[in-house]
Formats: sequence, C-alpha cells, structure tokens
Amino acid sequence: MAEVLFWPALIGYGEAAFAYASPRTSRLATWGVRLGWLAQTALLVVQAERSDGFPWATFAGSLNLFVWLVVSAYLIWGCRPRFRLLGLAVMPPVALLFVVARLGGGTASEVGSRYPNLFLVLHVGLVLAAFAGFTLAAALAGLYLWEERRLKRRAADILRLRLPPLQSLERLTQRAIVVSLPLLTLGLAAGIVRLRQQGGSTDPLEWLTLATWLLYGGFLVARPSGRRAAYLAIGGFALVVVSRLALAGGHFA
Amino acid sequence: MSPAELTLVGLSHHVAPVELRERVVLGIDDAAAFASALAPAVCLSTCNRTELYLAGDREESAAAALTELAGEPLEGVLYRLHDEDAALHLFRVAAGLDSMVPGEGEILGQVRGAYEAVEPNRLLDRVFRQAIALGKRVRSETAIAESPASVPAAAAALAAQVFGELEGRRVLLIGAGRIGELAASNLASRGASIAYVANRSPEGARGLADRFGGAGVPLDELSAALGHVDVVVSSTGAPGFVLHADDVPPRRHHPLFFIDIAVPRDLDPDVARLDGCFLYDIDDLEAVVAETLAGRRVEAERAEVLAAEEVERFRLWRASLEVIPAITSLRAHAEEIRTAELAKLEGRVSNDEREHLESVTSQILNKLLHLPTVRMKEAAATADGSAYADAVRHLFGLEERDR
Repeated sequence: MAEVLFWPALIGYGEAAFAYASPRTSRLATWGVRLGWLAQTALLVVQAERSDGFPWATFAGSLNLFVWLVVSAYLIWGCRPRFRLLGLAVMPPVALLFVVARLGGGTASEVGSRYPNLFLVLHVGLVLAAFAGFTLAAALAGLYLWEERRLKRRAADILRLRLPPLQSLERLTQRAIVVSLPLLTLGLAAGIVRLRQQGGSTDPLEWLTLATWLLYGGFLVARPSGRRAAYLAIGGFALVVVSRLALAGGHFA
Repeated sequence: MSPAELTLVGLSHHVAPVELRERVVLGIDDAAAFASALAPAVCLSTCNRTELYLAGDREESAAAALTELAGEPLEGVLYRLHDEDAALHLFRVAAGLDSMVPGEGEILGQVRGAYEAVEPNRLLDRVFRQAIALGKRVRSETAIAESPASVPAAAAALAAQVFGELEGRRVLLIGAGRIGELAASNLASRGASIAYVANRSPEGARGLADRFGGAGVPLDELSAALGHVDVVVSSTGAPGFVLHADDVPPRRHHPLFFIDIAVPRDLDPDVARLDGCFLYDIDDLEAVVAETLAGRRVEAERAEVLAAEEVERFRLWRASLEVIPAITSLRAHAEEIRTAELAKLEGRVSNDEREHLESVTSQILNKLLHLPTVRMKEAAATADGSAYADAVRHLFGLEERDR
C-alpha cells in the first residue's frame, strides 16, 4: 500500500518541481504539490497504522516525515501564484529528499518502529516540524536577498520576472521563524526530559541544535530587518542542514 | 446589398499623422451621430483612429463621409476592409493589438462605448460583442496588460514590488514636473497617499498639495519629511541635486523608495547605497518599460492566436446566416402543414386525444427536421451553404411560399 502511495506523491512533487519553471504551468505545479501532499499524507497514515511505535525513527524515515512537514509549511505560507519562484526553490530539493528517503527505506510500510516513549516521539516530531519551518524561512530569505539585489541593481527585467514584494518576503520569513521556534523549544524540552529519564549523555547534535535555538531566539529578540534578517535566517538554516545531514546519523544510531 | 456583409473604412496612427487624425476625431456623442447618418453603422473614434464599421458594402459612402469630415482628400490614407478581414481588424483593435502600446487597456472601453452609443443591426451587434468578449479574454488569458507600459506606471509598479499593497503608504512629491505628477497619480490610484509636496515656489507646492490632499513642505525641510514617508517622487527643474545621501535619515524596518524622474537628476545616486533605500532614475525606469514592452510583444503573439480563433467563429456564424432563412422557412412550412392537418380533426376527437396528437406530431416534425437542419448548418461552414439552401427551397417549394 505504501508503495502504491509513494509514486503519486513523488510524481506530484516532481511535476511541481518542473512546472514551477514557467509561469504558464505554475497553476499545474500548485496542483502537483497539493495532490502529492495528499498522497504522502496517506502514505504516512498507512505507515503509522502498521507500526506499533514511531515509524519514522530511522534517518530515512525521519527524512520522509521532514519532507511532508516542509511541503505542509510551503502549503501554508508559500503556495500562491506570485510565489512561483519559491516553489521552484523548494520543490526540487523536496522531490530529491523524498527519493533519498525511499532509497533508505523510509517510505516502506514495514518500517522498524522505535521510540515508544511519548517524550521521544514529541522530541523528534516537534524538532522536525521546526526544522521544516526554518527551511521554508531560509527559502523565503534567499528570495528576499535575490529580489533586494535586483532592486538595488535596478534590473530592467524586475517587472517581467516578478518575485513577491520585498516586504511580503520579509514578513513571511519572520512569521515562519516565529511559529517554528516554539516548536523547536518544545521539541528540545521533550528531548531533555527523555534524556534525564534514560540517564544518557548529550551528543554533538544536541549541542548544535541548542546553538540553532539560540540563533533563532536571538533573531526573535533582536527582530532584525532587511538583509540582516535574511542572512540570519539563512545562517540558521545552515545549522539545520548540518544537524539534519552531517550529524543525524550518530544521533539516530 | 447583403445584410451579412461587413465593411470597414477608416484611418489610424499606422497610416495617418496626428495632423490628419485630429481633423476626424469625434467625441462619443458626435461619433454616434456620425454613425447614425450611415446606419446601420458604428463609428469608433479615438486619438489614434477613426473607423466606420458598416453593415453592407457601402465603402464609398463611408469614405465620402470621412473625407467630408476631414475637409481634404483621404485617398491613400483610408483603409477599406471587408467581412472577415474587417472583423479581424476590429478584434485586434479591441484586444489592444493594433495600439501603439500593445495591450493598452483604454481601447476596450472605447470600443464598448462606440458600440453602446448606437443601435447596431444584427451583424454589427454580433461582431462588436465578439470583439468586446475577445478583449476581455485576451486580458485575462495572457499577461499582455499586466506590466506597466509607461514611466509613471512603472514607477508605481516598482514601489509595489517593494511594499506589496500601497494602501496606506505615504508619498513625498518633490517638484511639479508633469511626469512626477503622473507618477504620484499612479501611486495614489494604487492606494498610496500623497502626504507631502515640496516645491521651489510655495504657490506651486500649495496647488499640488491641495490637489492631492497633502501638506506643503519647504525644500530645506525635506530631510525631516523623509522620516515619515515610504516613497519619494522627484521631478524638479533644479540644476543640481535637491537631496543628498547625507540628508536621508537612517532607516530601520522601513524601506524607502526613491523615484527620480528629473533631468538633470534631483537625487544623489549615493542614496541607492544606503541600507533599505532603493533609487530609480529616468533611465532605469525607461529600461524597465522597454523590457516590459518586449514582454507584451511576446504575449501579443498569444493574443493573435485568440483573435484568429474569434475570426473563425465569426466566419461560421456569418456563413450560417445564409442557411438560416431556408431553415426557418422549412420549419414554418412543416408547421403550417401540421396545424392544417390537425385542424381537419376538429370536433372528431376529444381534447385529451387532440393534445396527444399535437404532442406526437410535433415530435415527429422535430425528429424529421433535426438532421437536415444540422446538415445545412454544417454545409454553411463550407462553401456549399447556399447550394444546400437553394436545394431545400426548391425541393420543398419554399420559393412560392416565401414569395
């Protein structure tokens, strides 16, 4: 069943990744995202039903969940006609990560289940949701920097290749971070509680996640604007990437 | 004269200089009166064109009327088009494809105005309704009218590119230059408010401030006003900069968008280096407009396809007019026979039976005539339409009946 649902989800995301390239097909791309997201939601439901614990405990499984969360965040904040280029920035890596999740066995229905403990389930789920929000914030910040540069350089094609207005991009970046940071806070708190229950020791990933939390926390306190805000959002995302890819193996093990 | 023949006689910016066009330009009421003298006709008169659309082949009388209006011979300037060519021309005009700026939106309203000002016959009603529908379709299905086509409109669109909605944004207008004023009007039409107006002469500043509902500001107090606005439009005739980068207070959280339309420039180019500040001068704006016009030309190719489809629809409709009288006559003939035969049963059948018979005979008639009707309409789309119509008239003796 999960196998059957993987392909429509991948086709939806893949179609969107290509269709966002042209304004004429961007509406089709939006439908691709929506249908792909529905198929992946069904896939996750099937995985959850067949599992007696937390089905996304492996690195590949968590990647599957992460992809779904990123697309969810995109559907909430970025899935609009004027945000075509955001779709073009988000959907190709999403489709690629989804393929990686499958190659690692993260989309299969018979996945190994771990984390029967509620705190660990909350920890993983909330941290991944926060990371998805930060990913979208970074994509928005990247678009902001590009648009700001074009405006500063007075690009002649600025009204032909239209990005969302500068202030909309800035506002949405902040909103994505404002929503994601509490999720990260709760996720880290759940992880700490679990760690104390188990009596384990901290690993580099936890320190890095804490640094990520401090960076985004600083963002909310300082409320930077313009380029500074965009650079901070992208800097935070760099930490997220390292957390997800470079250090995740050891943490999951 | 065939009632389905469409004739167009006119002149436009493509063939006639402004000195000639201005002699034949008419207001909407005068254009309607002019058309009424040649009825059934529609007169489309704008600053770029005066065109007469007539039902029937009456190009000589239309040309004579236009020549009389111009007060000089128009030979070599007037174009004369017929039927599908005339319809295509009107469709292209309504879609903005024949305009100086491809896709300009004003022409569609002018076509509608010319059409609504007269009482057109069936042919003119049809072709103008198709033209108006096509004009709307082109604007909704292509991006031909999305980008600004003038410097003032581009300035407002760029401000929206920074701020999004301009509702509630405050504008400082420096100088009373014509293009600056137009840019301010464009910003105001998008919801921005002209908060301050600065000018060398206090009277000029007051006049503009009154018109836009803003407050007058002396030129030496510009720096203070900058802290309260989002957009600055400058178009003075000053020989040097009226605003230097040092005059701009630091921005935090609020971008400031400068539009310098003056030559020589009013605003110090170093303003563009400031954090949160964006500056566009006249060359930048013209480059943006040139780029958007190039985009419009690409979209115009898509619009041409839609216009060609519309002409084909018009051709089919016009062709169907050849067979519709024969179809109407045939159906009337059949109905007469049916009614006459039913009348013979009067008093010999009950009311219920009569109603039943009426229903049955009516159904038989409809079923019998359905296929010939469809076939004749199909034939009308080809060159065989009139041959079919003549054959039907001959076979059913409709010539005598219609006579």
